[in-house]
Amino acid sequence: MRGTVEAVAFWVLAAAAVGAGVAVFVVDSMARATFALLASFLCVGGELLLIDLHYLGVLIVLMMIMEMLVMAVFMVMYMMNPAGLMPMTMLHNRRGALAISGGAFAALAAGVFTVPWPEREGRPPRDPTVALGEAIMGPKMLVMMVIGVAILATMIATVVLSAHRGRYDRDRDGGEAAR
Amino acid sequence: MVEVLVLGVLAVAAASFGGALAGRPAEPFREAARLLTTQWRVTARADVLLTRIGVVSLPVAAALAALVVPFGDRVAVGTRVGVVWFNAMEVVAWGSVWLAGWGVNSAFGLVGGYRFLAQGLAYELPHMFALVTAALAAHSLDLRAIGQAQDGLWFAVWMPVAFVVYLVSAAAMAFWGPFDHPVGADVAGGVLAELSGPDRLVFLAGRYGLLAVASAVAVPLFLGGGAGPLLPAWLWSLLKTCAVLALLVWTRRRVPVLRMDRAMTAAWTVLIPASVLQMLVVAIVVV
Repeated sequence: MRGTVEAVAFWVLAAAAVGAGVAVFVVDSMARATFALLASFLCVGGELLLIDLHYLGVLIVLMMIMEMLVMAVFMVMYMMNPAGLMPMTMLHNRRGALAISGGAFAALAAGVFTVPWPEREGRPPRDPTVALGEAIMGPKMLVMMVIGVAILATMIATVVLSAHRGRYDRDRDGGEAAR
Repeated sequence: MVEVLVLGVLAVAAASFGGALAGRPAEPFREAARLLTTQWRVTARADVLLTRIGVVSLPVAAALAALVVPFGDRVAVGTRVGVVWFNAMEVVAWGSVWLAGWGVNSAFGLVGGYRFLAQGLAYELPHMFALVTAALAAHSLDLRAIGQAQDGLWFAVWMPVAFVVYLVSAAAMAFWGPFDHPVGADVAGGVLAELSGPDRLVFLAGRYGLLAVASAVAVPLFLGGGAGPLLPAWLWSLLKTCAVLALLVWTRRRVPVLRMDRAMTAAWTVLIPASVLQMLVVAIVVV
């Protein structure tokens, strides 16, 4: 019973993910494209929850929301038309893009059928998240953690430095510029 | 599921308490009745779909976050990653506010939506650090386990900085009180400027829901969960939640709205370093 429910949920989420992915290139509004992409990612997060990778699934939901919303800020910042409010098409270089994406799809689909997939050995680990972390990082765990902290420190330092002189220019004249 | 209902009731109570502090306890109910009966105002060339998604997603996110909140030992959905789920649902508010501000196709709404996003990381980072600090001390991301890890000594006592940072950033994540720039009066209500009728009601209700959930999560994170003498655990959780919620509602009336650039400077230069230092201290003690 549980297996059936999970199988149905898998296919529903998979179809929704692909559908939302297609919508990204169909809609004529940057905002709609952004949130269609986000919906697609959220479906992928749901798929991870289905295979019991709870931490990673929820983390994808968390990070993708933050990431797509931050992207919305930058997207509009670099838009040619005011605030990106005008309708616009998401399609550029149609011929080339079609050839590249068709080729990539064919290669991946061929891979699915030609790769000799290994038989399943053993049982799923008790904590798949830990197992995945070990498999990806293994003995490099300490390095990864140090790099993680370094990246975070860089991010914060960059923001603090770049915001040194803000919009109100408070540092120059003791806070009077805003008035 | 009863946990979600309780938090919904608490959200209504918070609105009423806010009205009572202003001398008009029935004001939120009168306002709700007015919003339900007023005519829907629609702006020209609005993106109705996105606006609707933004408005509805705010209370939905609050309800989904309430699923993992433990009352005593009771919880609607027992998950080992409750802290991460709660935070993910809080971040949905970024999308809600931005969509509601963008979708109505109005300059003030747009400014309000962008304000929230532009400030988002400044509050989300210390918020995450405060959450991680409590999880680190309890060696678990499970809100029940974190609550149980505090027998005798509440986390609020021996990691006070994380607790204060949590409260401040939780208020900011619900664009509440001193941090309500996204709906600020200086941009004619910002995100709320063009929301009318039921839209406005649902959006404001979602904001109170978010505040109630954040208060309820503070209890297992920092206030010992359901621990307490005489009374049953779920009642202690409820009482503590009410206390935190009342504090947040009261703060709104006592503290003026901070100027945006000052709030941002304080977030990046005080809140984040303070929460990182607190996490370092806790990590050294527990490891």
